[in-house]
Amino acid sequence: MIEAKGLTKRYGDTLAVDHLSFTVEPGRITGFLGPNGAGKTTTMRLILGLDRPTSGTVTVNGKPFSRLAWPMREVGALLDAKAVHGGRSAYNHLLCVAQTNNLPARRIGEVLELVGLTEVARKRSKGFSLGMGQRLGIAAALLGDPQILMFDEPVNGLDPEGILWIRNLMKALAADGRTVFVSSHLMSEMENTADHLIVIGRGRLISDCTTAEFIAANSQQSVRVRTPQRDELTMVASAAGATVRDDVGDSVVLLGLTAAQVGDLAFENRIRLHELAPAHASLEEAFMELTASSVEFHAGLPDAVERETAHAGEVA
Amino acid sequence: MAATAAHEVLVGGTVGRQPAGRAGFVGTVRSEFTKIRSVRSTYWALLALVVACVGIGALFSWGQTQRLLRIESGTRFDGGKVPPGFAAQIAAQIHAQAASISLFGLLIGQLIIIVLGALAITSEYSTGMIRTSLSVMPRRGTVFAAKGVVFGLVALVVGLVTSFLAFFTGQAILSSQHVGTSLGHHDVLRTVVGGGLFLAVCGLLSFGIGAMLRHTAGAIAAGIGLMFVLWILTQFLPGPPSGWIGQADIDKWIPFNAGSSIWENQANGLHPFSPWIGFAVFCGYAAAAIISGLVVFLRRDA
Repeated sequence: MIEAKGLTKRYGDTLAVDHLSFTVEPGRITGFLGPNGAGKTTTMRLILGLDRPTSGTVTVNGKPFSRLAWPMREVGALLDAKAVHGGRSAYNHLLCVAQTNNLPARRIGEVLELVGLTEVARKRSKGFSLGMGQRLGIAAALLGDPQILMFDEPVNGLDPEGILWIRNLMKALAADGRTVFVSSHLMSEMENTADHLIVIGRGRLISDCTTAEFIAANSQQSVRVRTPQRDELTMVASAAGATVRDDVGDSVVLLGLTAAQVGDLAFENRIRLHELAPAHASLEEAFMELTASSVEFHAGLPDAVERETAHAGEVA
Repeated sequence: MAATAAHEVLVGGTVGRQPAGRAGFVGTVRSEFTKIRSVRSTYWALLALVVACVGIGALFSWGQTQRLLRIESGTRFDGGKVPPGFAAQIAAQIHAQAASISLFGLLIGQLIIIVLGALAITSEYSTGMIRTSLSVMPRRGTVFAAKGVVFGLVALVVGLVTSFLAFFTGQAILSSQHVGTSLGHHDVLRTVVGGGLFLAVCGLLSFGIGAMLRHTAGAIAAGIGLMFVLWILTQFLPGPPSGWIGQADIDKWIPFNAGSSIWENQANGLHPFSPWIGFAVFCGYAAAAIISGLVVFLRRDA
């Protein structure tokens, strides 16, 4: 279990983390979500004691991380795949890591096998792809068979197969009763993985609830309708309490009514419909709306382009 | 049992029960030793250290024999005659300094051990490895001590090997003109062992600077500035007698001069410290650098 209380970190004039309080529970995957620059990495660094908090505390199993007797047996962390000496082989990297906690050298072969790096164990990690680097970092995190796992943007640089692999690994680790704390700036990634979400923006807690609750609260029902009598439909729909959006040409999007309600309404008012389709606002949009005011770096682009760029980033 | 099997598949195996005690110094020392022996740059730098010290020492020793030969032939550079007895005087002088002549390469060798000492810690920052190191062993004092001890021991062993190799090579050359010495002679053993100690402490001084600056190029520049450039600068100060502060008043305090007094370097000033006092002063400088480095290592965000 990880517990943060009033955690605050200030770098000069910037408040990277601002009175953050949350608990990460065992037995489930907790997604740590926020736009770039929201303070996710800083929070993870504070948990590991790499940074000293300006105020507030964070404990791991009730103790500051640095007080744990055998840190690797309690916490395995992948902060970034670049935190290795490129001139050292994968095997020697894991060996020097394992030795700090007196872990048996046999574990190195085991975790290398697990992450699929056995073949390149004696190669210097300098030549590794980003995906291989991530796997090496995950191997190091699993060395001590820890109960708590922390991954900072673990799918960055992974191919689809690698993404599926780590997603399944995290699910299995959580199902085994472990604490899994994983950060991401992509809602779509968390939607499929996390059981619980902690959302932050500009270092502040925005939301702390289950993924199901987050989806229910943030994805609005909407109905797309195509009709030659658009004006009449928007009038009766508004009267029935719907919000009208995107009314271009003969199509319109109605919020706040179900498809059945819209269909009935049209029938009662003798409005001809050519199309009636229920739709969910994507969770990604909900997330962006929620964090819009807290994005550190605005792109300064028109809305549509900005949205497109965000989706392009998602694919990349 | 089924649960255990699944659990093993998940992380690839088991680590056994948590032992008593806590992760500490011994494991971290083993880890640091693995680190230093598992990168190629260590071997290249150590090889360069040995080659530079032995090679330059041999060259300097050979130069001394050639100088002696020319003087013994009775002719000066300008074609004039060498006064009678002068050759014997020079031979005695070379013989008396035979040990430190063969160690002359340490002047360059120190630059290489400065690079190694700085890299021992700054490479953790330049590669990002420090984030891994401290997130598996968060007790920073332990990490710093283990790193320092492992580097210090490696530097001492290699320093001693280098110093002895340079000594024996140099003496083999000087002996061809019967001006060599041996370890049995007065102060010779102290001089040669001192050469190894000097290199090790020089490396540790640089290690401390590296921990303070966390930047490879900066730490190396500072180390070389302190050990080499400062020494060169004092050579330009007015010699005695001078009305104001001159070379004689400060040059024994210059790190290189203080440190090299233990191997009786030929150029270490006008009124040098005695060997062990000078070396103690040098150790004091290194200690100051290491303590400052430790404070930064403990306090600053990694």
